[in-house]
Amino acid sequence: MSSMPVGYEPLIASARQSSSQLSAFTGQAGEQPIDARSYLLAAQNVTKSYQKGRLQIPVLKGVNFGVEPGEFVSIIGQSGSGKSTLLHLLGMLDVPDQGEICLGPERMDNVSAKRRDRFRNEQVGMIFQFYHLLPELTTRENVLAPLMISQGVFSYLRHRRRNRERADQLLEVVGLSHRLTHRPHELSGGEMQRTAVARALITRPQLLLADEPTGNLDSENSAEILQILKDLNREEQLTIVMVTHDQDIARAASRTVCLREGLVDEVGRGVL
Amino acid sequence: MYKLLLSWRYLRTRYIALASIVSVTLGVATLVVVNSVMSGFAHEMHARLHGILSDIVVESYETAGMPDATWHMEKIRSIVGSDLQAITAVVHVPAMVNIPVPNGRSVTRPINLVGVDDKTYAQVCEFSPHLLHPENRKQLSFLLRNGGYAPGRAAFPPSGWQHRRNRVRIERDIQRHLQPSAAEEVGAGRGSGAEEPQLTTGGAADFDPLSVALPQSSPSLPGSGRFDQPLGQKNDEVIDGDVRQPQLTDSQMSDPFGGVPANSNGTIFDPLKHQHTGVVLGIAIASTRHRDADGQVRDYYYCLPGDDVQITFPNASQKPTAVFDWFTVVDMYESQMSEYDSTFAFVPLRKLQEMRGMFDPEQGIYGVSSIQIKVRDGANLNAIRDKLREQFPATTYPYSIQTWRDLQGPLLAAVQLETTILNILLFLIIAVAGFGILATFFMIVVEKTRDIGILKALGAPSGGVMSIFLNYGFALGLVGAIAGMALGLAFVAYINEIAEFVEALTGREVFDPTVYYFQQIPVITNTATMLWVVCGAVSIAVLASVLPALRAARLHPVEALRHE
Repeated sequence: MSSMPVGYEPLIASARQSSSQLSAFTGQAGEQPIDARSYLLAAQNVTKSYQKGRLQIPVLKGVNFGVEPGEFVSIIGQSGSGKSTLLHLLGMLDVPDQGEICLGPERMDNVSAKRRDRFRNEQVGMIFQFYHLLPELTTRENVLAPLMISQGVFSYLRHRRRNRERADQLLEVVGLSHRLTHRPHELSGGEMQRTAVARALITRPQLLLADEPTGNLDSENSAEILQILKDLNREEQLTIVMVTHDQDIARAASRTVCLREGLVDEVGRGVL
Repeated sequence: MYKLLLSWRYLRTRYIALASIVSVTLGVATLVVVNSVMSGFAHEMHARLHGILSDIVVESYETAGMPDATWHMEKIRSIVGSDLQAITAVVHVPAMVNIPVPNGRSVTRPINLVGVDDKTYAQVCEFSPHLLHPENRKQLSFLLRNGGYAPGRAAFPPSGWQHRRNRVRIERDIQRHLQPSAAEEVGAGRGSGAEEPQLTTGGAADFDPLSVALPQSSPSLPGSGRFDQPLGQKNDEVIDGDVRQPQLTDSQMSDPFGGVPANSNGTIFDPLKHQHTGVVLGIAIASTRHRDADGQVRDYYYCLPGDDVQITFPNASQKPTAVFDWFTVVDMYESQMSEYDSTFAFVPLRKLQEMRGMFDPEQGIYGVSSIQIKVRDGANLNAIRDKLREQFPATTYPYSIQTWRDLQGPLLAAVQLETTILNILLFLIIAVAGFGILATFFMIVVEKTRDIGILKALGAPSGGVMSIFLNYGFALGLVGAIAGMALGLAFVAYINEIAEFVEALTGREVFDPTVYYFQQIPVITNTATMLWVVCGAVSIAVLASVLPALRAARLHPVEALRHE
């Protein structure tokens, strides 16, 4: 009935076991399990696995991670280390199998989908490696999209002018005032990513989550994006969590967390 | 807000989806056209049927009909009361008409001979508008008019007194040339007409060598030489003169060539100045319709107003025997309902009653075969019919009491059924279009998977994502339905032009007036029906987008974002 070799299940079970042992080990090695309530956003002992066919692949095996208000943290790791998954969990795009995600004192992983939708919309801004702009909308409309989602038709139309001013202002900050009515396919990669940054900021979030924001850009554009992020962090005390596989990029952050095979490997300031 | 914006943008950028609603458009257009034509057809049919029939018909099954028309009419009047608008008595009898044609032959056709009262018959039903002569449309007269039949119809041959006199003169000229001696010989021998085929166009009976000189030589005859003057009063004088309608006795009728009878007061029947009793023939009885080499529809008339025809029918006795007489065609009846035009012939009521022996000379009461009633608009026909049935119970009176709807029920029901079935079939077409939308939408959802992930990452709830696609489906359906309605209405507005164009293109007649009742395709667009069609089409489009929309709503944001 099953094409899977019989030996697999015990293997997975043992992997799970070893992960819990490891986290216990890291806890014992001087790094205390974090107290989520002192952070802006925290993941506590989070595990997550994906189903691939009949195989269950563990991605996160008990991660403790927290970000303090005003911090610029980068998460680095090899591909497959679970860094993007962790970011998705932090951004409430997914729920952990075990463990907790807390926003300040509030536990978020078990609240209603509606509450998490609102959290994503209002309190987090996200940028992605592939920009993820909506191809049917202009630059300005893409930036306004989160507001369109949070506001109903009438309230959006009522605040249209204010919204538009805010969008134009943000696009000016990222240097795209001349591209307001262009469609994404008319923009360069750097311009698209800058649009994505502006979109992430339109709802004035507390937190910016960036998933390989420079992964698809040349070095010049990468530097520009990083500079924008650093400026935002420094000038507006925006909390930023950035996932990258590039150590040079990670240096832009004030703290770096390394993920290896689903576990936090090293925690330090400017290490690596 | 994003839902509307995105649906709108999708509508404007996904042309493949627009292609998928072409079928909705076509379905809606077809529905609009079919419903318009069918309701136009039904309406015309209703109007015609109702026009030809009166509201309620009380009909007797007896050969001799109801014995006392006046008593019945009074009784009906008292039963119906204030709802009654007009009432008339009618005699109808199956009959046979012989129309003499050249070469001594004649066209024989079965007809439904109706004896009508020229004063009241036109009040109960729409009879006059179907006559050819404008004066007869105003007031029916069974006297031949001078001319001016079917004004505005160029193809209609000249008819009336002028036609009658021309024909008779030509016949007599030919007769004289061929048989110079015949004028003397046939003075007493009336059979000559049968041996002279060329002369029989108007019926051999019209030949009367004795009266050739009469029109010029006897100015004392009333009305002679007046027919160049305008119609109307002159003819009315003729009516009063009574000379032109010599009453034939039974012995004269038995002689097929007895066209030259002496009147009771001694006047000799002269076809140049006299007419027989008038008959209004259904136009299809007197003509055939065919196509010439060019495909044009042509009518050929066997007889025209002014010609004489012979009508044979049974009398009303217990042992019916055939009686017949010559009648002069005074007008034609064209309702454009071929069933009626090819069977009905109208003669004066009194003449028919007398010929059939339907009157009691001692008491002076006349029998009729049916009484037709017109009630005021809006009166409840069925209630009146039921009241009449109560008063004329079937156990006592062998009468059938029916409304015009009862009489034409099967025909009307057939049209209704046809419309219903066509509607169901066409909605199935739109349902098929719905499956097209379903498939297209699944494709679009797959294509837009990443965008759906983006929207969810930006905080759009599942319901919002779902409503994007529902809105999109709604918008597509609406665009398709409105385009379809516009197309359909345009088609309906120019349906006859389109039919002509298709005819010109294919050389085939689309709407053949020799087959259908109508010269033109009748259309009626009913706003309520149009709204129903549009609503139906839009809801089918929305229903078809529900499944894809649900699928979009259930997409996992992370997986959707990873989708390439």
